[in-house]
Amino acid sequence: MSATLIYSEVEEDLRASVRDLLADHASPAAVLARCESDQPYDLELWRLLGEMGATTLHVPEELGGQGASMRETAVVLEELGRSVAPVPFLGSAVLASAVFTVLGEPVPSETATLVVPFSSWQPVFSSGPVRSVADATVASLFIVPVSTPDGPELHLASSATVTPVTSLDLTRPVADVTVSESTVLARGADASNALRVALLTGAGLLASEQVGIAERCLFDTVAYLRERHQFGRAVGSFQALKHRLADLYQELVTARAAARYAADALATGEDVEIAVAVAAAHCSDVAVHAAEEAVQLHGGIGMTWEHPAHLFLKRAKADQLALGTPDRHRAALAELVDLRL
Amino acid sequence: MDADALRAKAREFVANQPTTDRLEFLRARFDAGLAWVHFPEGLGGLGAPRALQSVVDTELAGTPDNDPRRIGIGLGMAAPTILRFGSDEVKKRFLRPLWTGEEIWCQLFSEPGAGSDLAAVGTRARRENGRDGDDWLLTGQKVWTSSAHTARFAILLARTDPDLPKHQGLSYFILDMDQPGVEVRPLRQITGEAEFNEVFLTDARIPDAHRLGAVGEGWKVAQTTLMNERVAIGGNAAPRESGMLGAVAKTWRENPDRHTSALHDRLLRHWVDAEAMRLAGQRLRQQLAAGAPGPEGSAMKLGFAKLSQALSGLEVELMAEDGLRYDDWTLRRPDLVDFTGRGPGYRYLRAKGNSIEGGTSEILRNIIAERVLGLPSEPRVDKDVAWKDLPK
Ligand SMILES: Cc1cc2nc3c(=O)[nH]c(=O)nc-3n(C[C@H](O)[C@H](O)[C@H](O)COP(=O)(O)OP(=O)(O)OC[C@H]3O[C@@H](n4cnc5c(N)ncnc54)[C@H](O)[C@@H]3O)c2cc1C
Repeated sequence: MSATLIYSEVEEDLRASVRDLLADHASPAAVLARCESDQPYDLELWRLLGEMGATTLHVPEELGGQGASMRETAVVLEELGRSVAPVPFLGSAVLASAVFTVLGEPVPSETATLVVPFSSWQPVFSSGPVRSVADATVASLFIVPVSTPDGPELHLASSATVTPVTSLDLTRPVADVTVSESTVLARGADASNALRVALLTGAGLLASEQVGIAERCLFDTVAYLRERHQFGRAVGSFQALKHRLADLYQELVTARAAARYAADALATGEDVEIAVAVAAAHCSDVAVHAAEEAVQLHGGIGMTWEHPAHLFLKRAKADQLALGTPDRHRAALAELVDLRL
Repeated sequence: MDADALRAKAREFVANQPTTDRLEFLRARFDAGLAWVHFPEGLGGLGAPRALQSVVDTELAGTPDNDPRRIGIGLGMAAPTILRFGSDEVKKRFLRPLWTGEEIWCQLFSEPGAGSDLAAVGTRARRENGRDGDDWLLTGQKVWTSSAHTARFAILLARTDPDLPKHQGLSYFILDMDQPGVEVRPLRQITGEAEFNEVFLTDARIPDAHRLGAVGEGWKVAQTTLMNERVAIGGNAAPRESGMLGAVAKTWRENPDRHTSALHDRLLRHWVDAEAMRLAGQRLRQQLAAGAPGPEGSAMKLGFAKLSQALSGLEVELMAEDGLRYDDWTLRRPDLVDFTGRGPGYRYLRAKGNSIEGGTSEILRNIIAERVLGLPSEPRVDKDVAWKDLPK
């Protein structure tokens, strides 16, 4: 096992260009202003990401993508996490795109989403309305797992009843979705497998987004505490705080390694299940810890709506539930590594 | 020299070495430049990139070798310091027997009054007749010295000028442990054994040629030692679920009657943390090999200490009535340290040292906060005061 866990030059270049784009479009002030507007998603940014090819990096060329790998897509997610950019990347470019790719179907250029509760960690085929679906309000294609008398099927719909709900995460809102007319995309084992792979891919790549969140929360907090003075000194010179930030840094170091390993595993197909379980369980908690520390260590300003810390906290907390809570991933791991209760 | 050339050289060496005597083999390997390839030619290396050592190690796998735990202080701390600051004669004299394990090394840094605050050491070094070039005579007490009882030589930090502020009046030496002025007494630790010692120095003699770095520059030299100490930790590739985690996982599988859901949850959390730490170590080595070591290394020892303590604590709980027993409290003086050797009780107690030895976890957090994150340093009240005037 010799997965490459460092970033290649190509990956660093990609990171730089995505970061540039996000600096122009997803500043904290812009993201904050947008989240209570009529359109919480930044569709212009989403279009630009598509134009630069960032939304189809891991999709094979013959299916309409860039023919790179999950490693590159993971780098984009780190950057999106760093700015909690309100784009339907995870629903469309990760979850829906994974279904199409596994089935060998060309990936459509429309925004798509996978109609499952965003908290799903294992394939469930049901019928009727689905609650708390991510990235649905801006989707024009819906992949729906349906339970039929003939077994599980994946359906494709080009319209749905989408009811936005008030969401914990302001930058990736969820909605309730009901689909009435659809066509069959896959049946039986193919359908089950495609859904399973999509959820695994989503959980594994979400870890990279979580690394981005944790990194941003840590370094913004460090910057603030270097400037903020109380008791005649920079607050960041108090050891009680320095030690908390050092612990957070240590967590970030391990989270990055786990997330890189999951991205690499998803790229090569080796050791995927363990890699994803470890990354999802670890990075979820690290991101939440970093975001909670960011709020606390900013003091009163961290508790205000006007300061962006809450955007990261809400994203981190929602991400912790998304695609399986850490305890679900640990339970999966218990089976995978034969450490049963 | 590139990987292919090195591989060929290592193969040729293995093919042409009929000796089975361990020491002879190791000496020959050193002389062939295959000991540590990044060292210069003639000193056990070939001046090759450090990352290529793994090529040699792969080719020489299974040949006679040293237990790195026995010679760790020499390899990890003394050698890089000697390489950087030693004269040609010093390098020639010391590096080969250090690497072959013929001469064991210890580190005489800490003192009763100088632990975390290492720059406060008070062991005095004086010129025998007060003249440049004379031998040095050392008097003072060192403490917590691992393997002083097996060591032939020591790296040592001592005060040459008490009138200067603490960082400035220090010098760095190589001490011959085998002389009348050096007394080593076992210091029993919480595990029952005595891995470390107290070392009393009474006019212990050091030739001036065995000073490393200029007089008064001992702090700078010590930084090289400490940096290498922390690089060495977390250095080796380990398979998944090995070390402390391996022991706990085995205990879990062998004792299904002791499973509870709370213990299960803790076990899985630690499993995840251990795997993430292992991957972080792998990532760090890849950064080093790519010639771009990141600041992440400073986080490894901190994470390792937390994890080994959590795991070993869990294991004792998992042992139920067997956890109430201990294998042996007899005072012994081991010649190597094995964190995972012996029973769960030993592992639990020994792991407590992981957050103290080689810089405490609190000091490591200070270092990460100040050097990696760039947070302001603590107010320093002692920086400009003569050492002799500091409160002790
Ligand atoms: C198993 C073992 C093996 C060892 N082997 C060697 C060896 O071979 N050679 C050698 O020279 N030494 C050795 N040591 C000594 C070790 O390096 C010291 O114990 C260590 O540096 C701490 O120093 P101290 O014991 O004086 O504790 P102190 O420095 O007195 O620390 C007491 C407590 O205060 C905390 N503290 C101190 N300063 C600060 C600060 N600025 N901010 C926050 N907290 C602080 C510490 O973290 C600790 O919790 C060994 C120690 C152990 C346990």
